[in-house]
Amino acid sequence: MGCSKVRLTKRARLAMDLVAEILENGLQEQGKFKTITVEKHLELDYDLGSLLCVDNNELDSGLFNKNKDEYLRNLTRDNVQLLINQIWDLPTEKVDEVIVAKLPRPAYVLPRAKHVPKPKPLTKWQEYAKLKGIQKKKKSKLSWDEQLKKWIPLYGYKRAEALRNKEWLIEVPQNANPMEDQFAKRTDAKTERVAKNELQRLRNIAKTKNIKVPRMGVLNPDVSTAKDLQAAVTIAKSSTASIGKFQGSLPKEKEARGIATITPGASSRKRKAAPVSSEVEKAENLQAIDFVLNKKPKIDVERAVNKQINQQQLRKPEESMSSKPKAGGKGKKKGNSSSSSKKPKSGKGQRKGKNSGRKRR
Amino acid sequence: MSVIQRVVKPTTRKGKKVLLSREPQVIEGPKRMLFLQGRRASEKVRKVLSDLYDIKKPDARKLSKKNDITIFENIVPMEQLCRKNETPLFLFGSHNKKRPDNVVFGRMFDYSLLDMIELGIETYNGFNEFSNRKISLGTKPCLIFSGPEWESSEELKHLKSIFIDMFHREHVENVRLQGLEHAISFTAANGKVLLRSYKILLKKSGCRTPRIELDEIGPRIDFTIRRSKLPSEDLMKQACRKPKELKKTVKKNISVDGLGTKHGRIHIGKQNIDKLQTRKMKGLKKTTEERALDKTRKRKSMDSEDHEIRKKIKAN
Repeated sequence: MGCSKVRLTKRARLAMDLVAEILENGLQEQGKFKTITVEKHLELDYDLGSLLCVDNNELDSGLFNKNKDEYLRNLTRDNVQLLINQIWDLPTEKVDEVIVAKLPRPAYVLPRAKHVPKPKPLTKWQEYAKLKGIQKKKKSKLSWDEQLKKWIPLYGYKRAEALRNKEWLIEVPQNANPMEDQFAKRTDAKTERVAKNELQRLRNIAKTKNIKVPRMGVLNPDVSTAKDLQAAVTIAKSSTASIGKFQGSLPKEKEARGIATITPGASSRKRKAAPVSSEVEKAENLQAIDFVLNKKPKIDVERAVNKQINQQQLRKPEESMSSKPKAGGKGKKKGNSSSSSKKPKSGKGQRKGKNSGRKRR
Repeated sequence: MSVIQRVVKPTTRKGKKVLLSREPQVIEGPKRMLFLQGRRASEKVRKVLSDLYDIKKPDARKLSKKNDITIFENIVPMEQLCRKNETPLFLFGSHNKKRPDNVVFGRMFDYSLLDMIELGIETYNGFNEFSNRKISLGTKPCLIFSGPEWESSEELKHLKSIFIDMFHREHVENVRLQGLEHAISFTAANGKVLLRSYKILLKKSGCRTPRIELDEIGPRIDFTIRRSKLPSEDLMKQACRKPKELKKTVKKNISVDGLGTKHGRIHIGKQNIDKLQTRKMKGLKKTTEERALDKTRKRKSMDSEDHEIRKKIKAN
């Protein structure tokens, strides 16, 4: 009742005498209607975004036990009334002749159905392009062909036909085998390129999904990397009956790394068999520990000498300063008396006193 | 080495669209729900399934065949079914001697189980038993949770979350005021969960806000709580993560005054007035004497600097 009265008095204040009369009628009418206010012990929690209302008040066990369904209906009515009161207070709009209330964002946190989308990982090329700052150039889909006097597409429908019409004749290169089919050569190269691209696509997918891909063998030498070729050589050499034991090697030839699993025995790096007994294992481990602990530090003679000289030089001026007051004669004689008797050479001694010259910063 | 995971590459444009729509989205649509029965289902269970299916309808899928699934022993077939039907929510009905009239409410995260709660149906009155006007399909219901017990146990907390997830349908910006015609009430009392569904009648009240009356339309179900499987805190946290794109970032230095005018505060560095370019005129040009004076001044300042440096060196 209170709410409605407040509303009415507000209106009355705003409106003039004419309206007041109508309002009086309204007040009289209001007696006929039931109230829209509800008394609650505890305030309810609303989440208008999801039309949710949570009532934490204790249930009336007496009424509940007497007539459960009737009680629940009344309870729910009250709660719905409170929720509706809140919703009706929201800002409204008119959309297509219908009054709609603008709902706030829901506050009740619900779990998602799927995880939050991750940004798509870059392909190897995209990574490289980003590093180098290479930007994609836009190419027009159609380009004018002078020879055919036609617009031909960059790819797709009618592209192949246009190319076929354009290059119906290929000149045999000077040093090429005249019997070789140049058209076949061209289609071979094309299929090779397509296959390479597919391989790269799959490799990118494998990289993003962190899958180990089995070795595919060796690619066409025209398109494979130096590393692949090296691996191919190593595998080929170890593929003899005597696992490559009698194969010669070129000067400066290196073995490919990371292929030990598929070329067992071929590698010069040999795997040791597991220790047979625990005693042997213990002995091996002790040996390893001894090896580490008995390591002597390497001595860099030149460096050590330089260090020693430097320290001496630093010590000298201090000694000379401290020995000055004792210079009366009683002080101990220096050990290098023999050297002091020699005539000093220029440019060898430690400079005394302040550093002269401009300090460089 | 095991078989590599196959990479699904769509062959058609439509197929590509379908695959894209199945990928995780920033803003998710309404969660779909799968209704299915186990090895055996009683009449009651079947009716409950079909009634709840009717309420959830546009975003729901009902399987008519029986499924040999014991959900608490092995969840994997359920996960597969949910993945196949693209339904992160499920309601599984079964009936056996040990647990008669059994339904399991559950939900998935990334099509692996997040949480599920088993409820027993005590009493049930279906849609058909209430001969009232029904509500229109797909309306967003008002959800009323009453009773202090909802906050008392973890199970009930999760059950509440599942019910909201199931019935709130989806987030909407606007709601038609006259279109609010369905209220579902969930009451937790004496260890039971009571589900009631009402049609909202808007009556005149003499003021703008209407007086509410309710008309029960069914179903009316009393549940008891049985077994449950709740998620670890970590998993729940991960599932409730909000995408970065949806998080509000506060824009600094922008304010709106009482008249609704926007004000921005900008920071600029200190201005050097000495080097300010004033109007260029012949009269303001420096004479040769002035220029010479400047030069000497500059040299003096440099000399004094040098002197200071020398002093410092001496001190060292």
